[in-house]
Amino acid sequence: MKKSVLIIALCCVMASCVQVKEYQKNKINDAEMALANRKIEKTELNFQSYREGASGANAGKSGGGCGCN
Amino acid sequence: MKRIFITGLALLGLMKAYAQAEKEQDSTAYKNRKLKIEEIDLVSSYYRQNGNNAVVTGGIGSEKLTDISNIIDLNLVKYGENGIKHNYNIEVGVDHYTSASSDRVDLQANSSASSSDTRFYPSLNYIRENEQKGTTLGVGLSSSTEYDYQSFGGNISYAKKTNDRNGEFTARLNVFLDQVKMVAPIELRNDPDTKASGNSARNTFAGSLSYSQVINADFQLLFQADIVSQQGYLALPFHRVYFTDGSVHQEKLPDSRLKIPLAIRGSYFLGDNIIIRGYYRFYSDDWGITSHTANIEIPIKLSPFFSVSPFYRYYNQTAARYFDAFQSHNALDEFYTSNYDLSKFNSNFIGMGIHITPINGIFGIKELAMLEIRYGHYIRSTNLDSDIISINLKFK
Repeated sequence: MKKSVLIIALCCVMASCVQVKEYQKNKINDAEMALANRKIEKTELNFQSYREGASGANAGKSGGGCGCN
Repeated sequence: MKRIFITGLALLGLMKAYAQAEKEQDSTAYKNRKLKIEEIDLVSSYYRQNGNNAVVTGGIGSEKLTDISNIIDLNLVKYGENGIKHNYNIEVGVDHYTSASSDRVDLQANSSASSSDTRFYPSLNYIRENEQKGTTLGVGLSSSTEYDYQSFGGNISYAKKTNDRNGEFTARLNVFLDQVKMVAPIELRNDPDTKASGNSARNTFAGSLSYSQVINADFQLLFQADIVSQQGYLALPFHRVYFTDGSVHQEKLPDSRLKIPLAIRGSYFLGDNIIIRGYYRFYSDDWGITSHTANIEIPIKLSPFFSVSPFYRYYNQTAARYFDAFQSHNALDEFYTSNYDLSKFNSNFIGMGIHITPINGIFGIKELAMLEIRYGHYIRSTNLDSDIISINLKFK
């Protein structure tokens, strides 16, 4: 049930897409709007991947390096 | 009449000379640009943690650890003859850590060689961007070296923007070829069941697909699906496991692991000064771990040059089926670990960042374009807590 609601909500959001021209993207292009982690987060993402069982899908480590510490 | 004629000629001559000068100026814009430094980032972090479930001593004992990391990240850009943008990224990182638990590879030692280590991790990436076609092709190499671990990585990626430039599809493949040095607990080094010499391989293959879409002028979303396959020696040789009968063993885990993380990320500009950044990830693997991660960050622009960003992250996971606590495993178990990173827990991470980008540069140094400071406090339900403070200086 939860999954169905989520999928319907996502479909509604995607259906509401409007074509945004380049000159209308001053907010979208703001550095804080980037759909990625910041460089300053690199070490904390590394430690989260060491201290937690899950990793990946966050532009952080998914392999490589020991995490021995 | 003669004066008017001469003045007219002189004016024409001036205009022609100006037009030529302008033409010359314009023509330079189309010449190949030389390789130039686009930006340099210096990122330093201090991390400390404390807990009482060290895996080196079988799930009991101090997890006290400090880590200082320094990363320099250099971005170079060059435009080719055909308007292709060439991006070169060179990154070099050095971590130095001290670890109370690593010190206990030798239980008699108070400050052994394994109590601290330095990790060196350079990487080199090249991205070729065709702005006209909206395509991007990237390749990269990386390595990570510490006393008992060596990793070499490679990646290749391809991205294509939609015709209206509001969506982008990205495919990426990462490969890591690692070698683990077999440093076993000192009392197990003569045990025939213990791997205590040489190196063992650990290989990781990670595929990633993502799609980002601008929903409207204030809102955009990104969907990401990864599949990660690991093969080889996935335990660590100096991790102890104590059985119910009191005997001590080297950690033993399967030689393969398949991880599937799925994520959605969004950013929304609320009004003129507030941004809401959200992230959610569902994760599942064949060791029995299922986890949920939710993150929200709200950058607030107090002025065009200064913003504060409070953030909160919640994480939970179920335990790997091979995990059990100190003196809980027995000889019937095929695989065993007392690593609390693979136990059932939840964690909370809360903190704040500040972001300063003055128009005349930080401290009046124009090249020093940005200063960012970020602090976070992490609490795990297994009584582990940590703090991290990071600083990023950007030169342009």
